[in-house]
Amino acid sequence: MPRAQSVSAPGARGAEEEAPTAYLGRYGRMLLIRLFEAEMHKLFLQGHIHGTTHLSSGQEAVPVGVCSALREDDYVAGTYRGHGHALAKGTDPEALAAEMLGRATGVCGGRAGSMNVIDLEHGLVGCFGIVGGSIAATTGAALSAARQGRVAAAFFGDGAANQGYFHECLNFAQVLSLPAVFVCENNFYGEFTPMATVTAGGEIAERGASYGMPSRVVDGNDLWAVRAAAQEAVERARSGGRPTLLECETYRHYGHSKSDPATYRPEEEVERWLARDPLTVARGRLLDLGVGEGQLVALEEETQAGIDAAVAAALAAPFPDPEQDRAREFAP
Amino acid sequence: MSVLEFRTAIRDAIAEELERDPAVVFFGEDVAAAGGVFKATPELHERFGGERVFDTPISELALAGAAFGAAVTGLRPVIEIMFGDFMGLPMDSLVNQAAKYWYISSEQASVPLVVRSAVGGGGRFGAMHSQTHGTWFQGVPGIKVACPSSPADAKGLLKAAIRDDNPVLFLEHKRLYSLKGPEPERELVPLGKATVVREGGDLTLVSVMKGVGDSLAAADELAADGVEVEVVDLRTLRPLDAETVLESVAKTNRLLAVEEGPRTGGWASGLLGAVAEEALEDLDDLWTLTTPETPIPYSPSLEDDHLPVAGAIAASVRDRLGAGVR
Repeated sequence: MPRAQSVSAPGARGAEEEAPTAYLGRYGRMLLIRLFEAEMHKLFLQGHIHGTTHLSSGQEAVPVGVCSALREDDYVAGTYRGHGHALAKGTDPEALAAEMLGRATGVCGGRAGSMNVIDLEHGLVGCFGIVGGSIAATTGAALSAARQGRVAAAFFGDGAANQGYFHECLNFAQVLSLPAVFVCENNFYGEFTPMATVTAGGEIAERGASYGMPSRVVDGNDLWAVRAAAQEAVERARSGGRPTLLECETYRHYGHSKSDPATYRPEEEVERWLARDPLTVARGRLLDLGVGEGQLVALEEETQAGIDAAVAAALAAPFPDPEQDRAREFAP
Repeated sequence: MSVLEFRTAIRDAIAEELERDPAVVFFGEDVAAAGGVFKATPELHERFGGERVFDTPISELALAGAAFGAAVTGLRPVIEIMFGDFMGLPMDSLVNQAAKYWYISSEQASVPLVVRSAVGGGGRFGAMHSQTHGTWFQGVPGIKVACPSSPADAKGLLKAAIRDDNPVLFLEHKRLYSLKGPEPERELVPLGKATVVREGGDLTLVSVMKGVGDSLAAADELAADGVEVEVVDLRTLRPLDAETVLESVAKTNRLLAVEEGPRTGGWASGLLGAVAEEALEDLDDLWTLTTPETPIPYSPSLEDDHLPVAGAIAASVRDRLGAGVR
């Protein structure tokens, strides 16, 4: 269970004074990810989506909270569990759905698929199929970002904290003072293996501290807490060119991939986390802040309708024609 | 005629491109303050400052990952992975990220980065500091592999590599750093174009890097026997210019590819396959001269025997052709 308390109380600058409507939009983005993935799940079972896919349902507050603290032209790199990273940064749901369906209108023309989505127009440097790849890509993007007045953020899982990339790049970013935010989505399982059984030392955040990098554990199911922590980290990166490590504790509602029913997780643990579903938490908070039930229902219906239209358009799009595909090995 | 040293050619190429394009940055282990362990990059740090030329931790994964991420977001990084033998570490960033990006992103961005490394045997460095990694990457679509044989080519190829919009592995043979040769006649040497460095009608000898000089020395030796050898310098392993080799073989009908590396999985056997596939009717004979299928040994007597030096090339030709060349 989460060891972190919500950090949205004292020290969370800018979070509380914002109008609830700002959070309504962020809740809408979380909802978009949840409902989008539910459709992708269906399409996978119907055989329209190929290979495998990794759902992030349950983890939506992390990318939405972090991206809400970034500018549109800032960079992010995500993982193979990357639908939420892409949608949070602004990727068009229709282009993302089309990519997963292997269609010519996909954000990468159907060449990348679910695990490797790239959308530079929206600052998504890429989603990386190799565990830890997003950390490396972000470290490099931060070299460019330092010159451009931008910030680069990496999303990665708890498993990536045991990769060489994690240690090498955090040290590299710290000694070179790069404007990077390293966001660990700790969902407590590396594929099928409990994180605690393969991770020495306890907290991942402490590893950042050992490099002299400001690091903290965040309640990753609390949109407000994630946003507050991210704002602080982004400010540190943009103004001082210094990196931060955020360990956001969260939980995935599905298994690792489409081939994993996740029977290795104790039922009681799953129930405890489902009770803290980030969407339920955010919805309750919005109601407390005075947002009307009617407003929320309208947003939910509107989001679902948008996804239905996006999926229908993506399904109607053609597959890339191998005869017409002008594949070039090299950039001219 | 002024003379250029290979290591100076490397330094000058980087300096000129740093001067020319503010997006070019250069980083690696001991490349800045120390000027490189082979003294190939002195004074660049002083001249261009720490923002553009800097030392990094001994972290090859981070180095290559950073180069990739920087390349797709606006910079043109040149990095040094000190010895080619270390390329197993950054292979993920180069193969899974850099090489694939242009294609799988549907051409959203190219990946202009260069990875320089010292390669090759003959320096008594032992099995983990003497390998040549070109063929480890030769089968990866999206990566270019450059391997110069002279100071002039080193400068022109490196400048072309830095201006190229694709990831380029740039191989510098350790035994060439002190080689002196003529200044380049032109500023850029195009990647993917081989060159005929000596003409002859009896046999085509193909090699790269130090192997080109060894082949030329063997050709001199064989000329005394009345065998006229044509020597082709491939200059890059990917893209591989089989066309120039085919034109030469159409004339000589014999092909020997000399590779400092094992035959299995090497570029030499791949080249023979490509030539045979296209021009079987032109061929009277074709073979390779490579290293044994063992790690590179340390002891001078063992290492000298291991490498396909000039004497070994000449002996291989004599052995193969016998008296029957004419």
